[in-house]
Amino acid sequence: MIGLKKSFAALALTAGLLCAQTAAAQGTLRIGMTAADIPLTTGQTDQGGEGMRFMGYTVYDSLIEWDLTSADKPSVLIPGLATEWSVDAEDKTKWTFKIREGVTFHDGSPFTAEIAVWNFDKLLVDTSEQYDSRQAAQGKSRIPAVASYKALDDYTLEIVTKAPDATLPYQLAWILMSSKANWEAQGKDWEKVAAAPSGTGPWKLETFVPRERAELVPNPDYWDTTRVPQLDKLVLIPLPEPNARSAALMSGQVDWIEAPAPDTIPAMTGNGFVISSNAYPHNWTWHLSRLEGSPWNDIRVRKAANLAIDREGMGALLGGLMVPAKGFLPPSSQWFGNPSFDVKYDPEAAKALLAEAGYGPDNRLKVKALISPSGSGQMLPLPMNEYIQQSLAEVGIDVEFMVVEWNQMINLWRAGAADPSVEGSQSINFTYFIQDPFTALIRHLDCNLIAPNGTNWGHYCDDEMQGLFEQIKTTFDPAEQDKVIQKTHEKFVDEALFLMVTHDVAPRAMSPKVKGFVQAQNWYQNFSSITMD
Amino acid sequence: MLSYFLRRLILVLPVAFGVSVICFLLVQIAPGDPLTAIMPVDATAEEQAAMRAAYGLDKPLPVQYGIWIANLAQGDMGRSIATGRPVAGEVFGAVQNSLLLAISAAVIAFPIGIFLGFLAGYFRDTLLDRAVTAISIAGVSVPNYWLGIVLVIIFSVSLGWLPSMGAGPGGSQDWGWDWLHIRHLILPAVTLAVVPIGIVARTVRALSGDILTMDFVQALYAKGMSRFDVLAHVARNAAATALSVMGLQLGYLLGGSILIETVFNWPGSGFLLSNAIFQRDLPLLQGTILVLALFFVAMNLIVDVAQAAIDPRIKRN
Repeated sequence: MIGLKKSFAALALTAGLLCAQTAAAQGTLRIGMTAADIPLTTGQTDQGGEGMRFMGYTVYDSLIEWDLTSADKPSVLIPGLATEWSVDAEDKTKWTFKIREGVTFHDGSPFTAEIAVWNFDKLLVDTSEQYDSRQAAQGKSRIPAVASYKALDDYTLEIVTKAPDATLPYQLAWILMSSKANWEAQGKDWEKVAAAPSGTGPWKLETFVPRERAELVPNPDYWDTTRVPQLDKLVLIPLPEPNARSAALMSGQVDWIEAPAPDTIPAMTGNGFVISSNAYPHNWTWHLSRLEGSPWNDIRVRKAANLAIDREGMGALLGGLMVPAKGFLPPSSQWFGNPSFDVKYDPEAAKALLAEAGYGPDNRLKVKALISPSGSGQMLPLPMNEYIQQSLAEVGIDVEFMVVEWNQMINLWRAGAADPSVEGSQSINFTYFIQDPFTALIRHLDCNLIAPNGTNWGHYCDDEMQGLFEQIKTTFDPAEQDKVIQKTHEKFVDEALFLMVTHDVAPRAMSPKVKGFVQAQNWYQNFSSITMD
Repeated sequence: MLSYFLRRLILVLPVAFGVSVICFLLVQIAPGDPLTAIMPVDATAEEQAAMRAAYGLDKPLPVQYGIWIANLAQGDMGRSIATGRPVAGEVFGAVQNSLLLAISAAVIAFPIGIFLGFLAGYFRDTLLDRAVTAISIAGVSVPNYWLGIVLVIIFSVSLGWLPSMGAGPGGSQDWGWDWLHIRHLILPAVTLAVVPIGIVARTVRALSGDILTMDFVQALYAKGMSRFDVLAHVARNAAATALSVMGLQLGYLLGGSILIETVFNWPGSGFLLSNAIFQRDLPLLQGTILVLALFFVAMNLIVDVAQAAIDPRIKRN
């Protein structure tokens, strides 16, 4: 009898424990990424924005980070591993960063200013013991302003820039901090670190199988208690083929997929899956050639083309998953400003402008455009470009396409409009990551960055614009700097410097079990608030 | 027989050399830049040049080839530009998965193809023959990646019976002979088997139909042999040609499953190849193509030798 009672008690206890565990558990979230491989795990990630999103700001932190907590407001910079920063009043190349105290890596070692210096050396000093060419390839080009750096004490870091550059905080948001102690524990071998990395981020990498999956578990000791993950586990699975991704979600093998194929979205929503999307700093434009002889040198032609496109109509082609362009930056951007040129659909005004420029039914304008059939961030380039071709034809602009495969397109973009390889193309349809002042505006039109030395594809060079870029770099008050950036963007729009078409909305499809996700207006996202039903 | 085998084996060497040259050059001809996989697209020209030099991509092509082939001779296929991992490990792991898929598809396709082919050949010009012909033409004609998507929609999405992706639970690539893994193999193997079913059935139908009209078959019947024994003779006569077709099909199954492996996210050589192509990962691309091409060469060698062993009429002087 006593034995029976003991058995019942044990059974009740076990059941109680199980119930308690179920109540505490917040589940496992399995995400199908578009990448073909797990992004580089050692610190500075590869695979572009997706790499930073899933393996960057999850496992690691940077000195300055993006605020990913709101879906309604544009994402702005916030303190990360640095709690505050300032530029020297006398010497505008000298910056001081106060390092957050009490932050430890996943291996328990402390994060200090000395470790930040060690991380910069990892990327910039090829004679340093910890120099990693793979991370350097990803990180070095992100911090072009940095000339030197040193630790003033354990919690004070000094960075000196090559010239006064107020965009430094944005540049530093790219640089992720790895653990020196872990690197040493792994025999100073980055390949071993890849399998057992250590950052200061809200997630710890528990399992990593190349090309197969990465399993992340919460870091309960994360310094920002509001960002301690609520899930038990986050599993990342590379699923590069869009239909395979959609099928995996709909058959329950994953709970969330990035970039679902647009034609599968009705079937997904019909089956109860949730599509999450939001504006973010991405644009889909034609970058115009400004070489001598290019028809795009005439502002009337540029404005006419911008007025010829029915962007709302294009929305139907994309299942509504787009934000019609009103400028170069999305309308919700903090830097949009107040441009006077209204980017809208007005074919009659477009025809009038073309007539003014000397074109008409008997003298149709002929342009050559470089496009790709696919590519990262390119949305649905073929049908979208054919739509534009048709729209422009209706106002009197005949477009001839030069279609090249995406990887080759990157080469032609780097080569610039004057390179023989573009075969006289007068525009390139290249989508842009436009998250900070440099990537959003400066790099496209800076006189010092004309291709092939930089990314000014169209060889545009304008004194006033150059002055604005200089002003952005020398305005150290963030609010004042925002105003200069707005003014710069107004010039982008008012002079119709690009054919501004649309912005992607980063669609992702997920099971209705996924709760608590807030899609920030950013390329990166916060996974800490998510739970599973 | 042994001298024939050795002669064929020696002939493989120049073929392998030719294959290595073509593999190396083919990937160089394609436009694009391997650095796009490892650098941000807006890296400066100076940074790109430094990286190009670090990977030896700035050297003349013959020098690059010399380095590649010299390393290859020592068993070193280099490192993937995109992942930094050794190519050999990536390729052989993937080839194992593709072999598993190819052999599974062959196990499904060859017996069904042979059976249908004999059936059609024996009952030539009957309704049964026409039905088999229709099935085999459909098998050859239907785009198998489309069929794969349809099977996924039916069996994974709608019915939820079988998984749609990966080689094991949770996208695992480690194979195990249990139901949890085998259920991942069923859909891709069936999809991949459809084309060879059609080809083998068409081949066996033509062979058996022709052989059945030959005089020796009438002679065998006249001697009082049973229908089954006569068919055994027919099968033996058809075996050499059918074997060569099936050998080539196995090669195609291994190398030609890029689309199927992509649709099912199967971690095989086709999937690896497709990713390497998009990333212009030259060492990985060269290594994968080389291994697949050499597999094809080896399959040809095996089929040639097997044909000679099976069919005494084939003189190999």
